[in-house]
Amino acid sequence: MKHLTLTLFSLLLMFWASAQGTAAQGAEQATGLRADGKIYVVVAVAVTILLGLFLYVYRLDRKISKLEKASR
Amino acid sequence: MRQYWWKILSFILLLYTFIAGFLIKVPTIGNLYETIRNLFFHVPMWFGQLILVSVSLVYSILYLRKPQHNYDLYATEFARTATVMGCLGLLTGMIWANYTWGAPWNNDPKQLGAAIALLIYLAYFVLRNSMTDIDKKARVAAVYNIFAYFIYVPMIMVLPRLVESLHPGGKGVEGNPGFGGNDLDPTMRMVFWPAVAGWTLLGVWISTLRLRVRFLEEQKHLH
Repeated sequence: MKHLTLTLFSLLLMFWASAQGTAAQGAEQATGLRADGKIYVVVAVAVTILLGLFLYVYRLDRKISKLEKASR
Repeated sequence: MRQYWWKILSFILLLYTFIAGFLIKVPTIGNLYETIRNLFFHVPMWFGQLILVSVSLVYSILYLRKPQHNYDLYATEFARTATVMGCLGLLTGMIWANYTWGAPWNNDPKQLGAAIALLIYLAYFVLRNSMTDIDKKARVAAVYNIFAYFIYVPMIMVLPRLVESLHPGGKGVEGNPGFGGNDLDPTMRMVFWPAVAGWTLLGVWISTLRLRVRFLEEQKHLH
């Protein structure tokens, strides 16, 4: 599970890096996060929400597992 | 050993939905334009809800056949997650309707049916909480849950198809052409069904979390 978190985090970093790259090239370059009417920005927002939601549910799962272990 | 692969599968499916759902090419139908992408988010709420209430129904029937307390807990918690998903489905539908049908509430038969169905399920929880005797509560709730399911299905799946409806599949559809059945684009299918599976699995996950808390509570009371 740790590996998964690490992978996701590095993916996020990659996204961020590519966003920075585009910004440096100037606004007229319609690539990466600025392409197609900036729809990728919406994707990034939606995926962030999804990540947060799943992280929350995962933590809840872990917490309940711990409680179950303690009550056994 | 508790299985966890399906939780990861749920995450992967939804991640896929959230990325592909925004980026694939969609057909232009009527006045829907890009809002047709709501098919990947609004409709799976209802499909997931239907699957979860079906699971709840199965446990209610199992309880009536063999009164085990666990069955009652399963039926309750699956119905609870299903009700949350139904509320989200209703709300997202209202947002969508506001921008394509002109108003959040159009007294569309499917909207009315869904609202009534949700109220029937809310009454299930009111009924449960009105009784203190555990066995009596479980038995009455199981009977009511079966009744609720069989009023719910005609409400959202049969009645809207018999009358004129803004939703796809109704008689004499105006304003919003249907994209159900054969009209659904094959590329859209490739996002839609994984979305349904992903949301359903997430619903099951949340239900099992609640169930585990309930079991912990019961254990505490026993000791």
